[in-house]
Amino acid sequence: MSAQSIKWFWFASPQTFFPLAGTLARWCGAAAALLAAAGLYIGFFVAPTDAQQGEAYRVIFIHVPAAWMSMLLYAVMAFWAALGLAFNTRLSAMMASALAPTGALFTFIALWTGSLWGKPTWGTYWVWDARLTSELILLFLYLGFMALQAAIDDPRRADRAGALLAIVGVVNIPIIYYSVKWWNTLHQGSSVSLKSAPTMAATMFTGMIVMALAFWLYSIAVTLLRVRCIIRERA
Amino acid sequence: MNEFLAMGGYAWYVWGSYGVTFALLALEVFFLTKRIRRAKASEATP
Repeated sequence: MSAQSIKWFWFASPQTFFPLAGTLARWCGAAAALLAAAGLYIGFFVAPTDAQQGEAYRVIFIHVPAAWMSMLLYAVMAFWAALGLAFNTRLSAMMASALAPTGALFTFIALWTGSLWGKPTWGTYWVWDARLTSELILLFLYLGFMALQAAIDDPRRADRAGALLAIVGVVNIPIIYYSVKWWNTLHQGSSVSLKSAPTMAATMFTGMIVMALAFWLYSIAVTLLRVRCIIRERA
Repeated sequence: MNEFLAMGGYAWYVWGSYGVTFALLALEVFFLTKRIRRAKASEATP
């Protein structure tokens, strides 16, 4: 077994992970604040006014990063939940529990900002469109996971029940992602893909990516702080 | 400045998005800080 994998097991123990998580959280939090400031500056002062949507499009700098985070955090949460279920590692289950509130928050933000963006561009705050509906289901999955865990007193049983729900719910992630392709939706298709150049101005794209990085680092910082809190509470 | 705040007539949609987002993130940090303080306190007095 290589030295690398031994190190991983070393940090899989809550006791050794605890101080590392604190240091990482501080750095990620500081970097998130700096990136958010840079992203907001680019979003409001560098990126030009959109030819079709005017200033309303500026919601994009939080809407798209928040929507990405909502799906990514769920995938990461399900990953840790599955790992905890398979190997019975305490820290994995704690990571899943620590991710859920932040994931729910970004899902709500994606829905809220989408709604406020929909009104001036589509003429409505809400439609039962495939993309919007599947994202709403994602919010219910996060809330269901948290409620289920809170309802079970024994933490080990709560972890296992939550893990099952999280794993089953993963099916919703590709549904959200491909909804704009599979169904005729009011929601537009993605402007950014891995296969082709983004169909938007370079400064708009940069602002979006910088904000996405800020949300990433924020999520890491908050999750690590919360996992430290869970370790303390269960000690 | 006023022109910037008006957001070309889309002030409610733009500031409503940004305001709620950053207020919620601040709230999350606030409640997390409270939870950490409570966990530390109960650890100190077992």
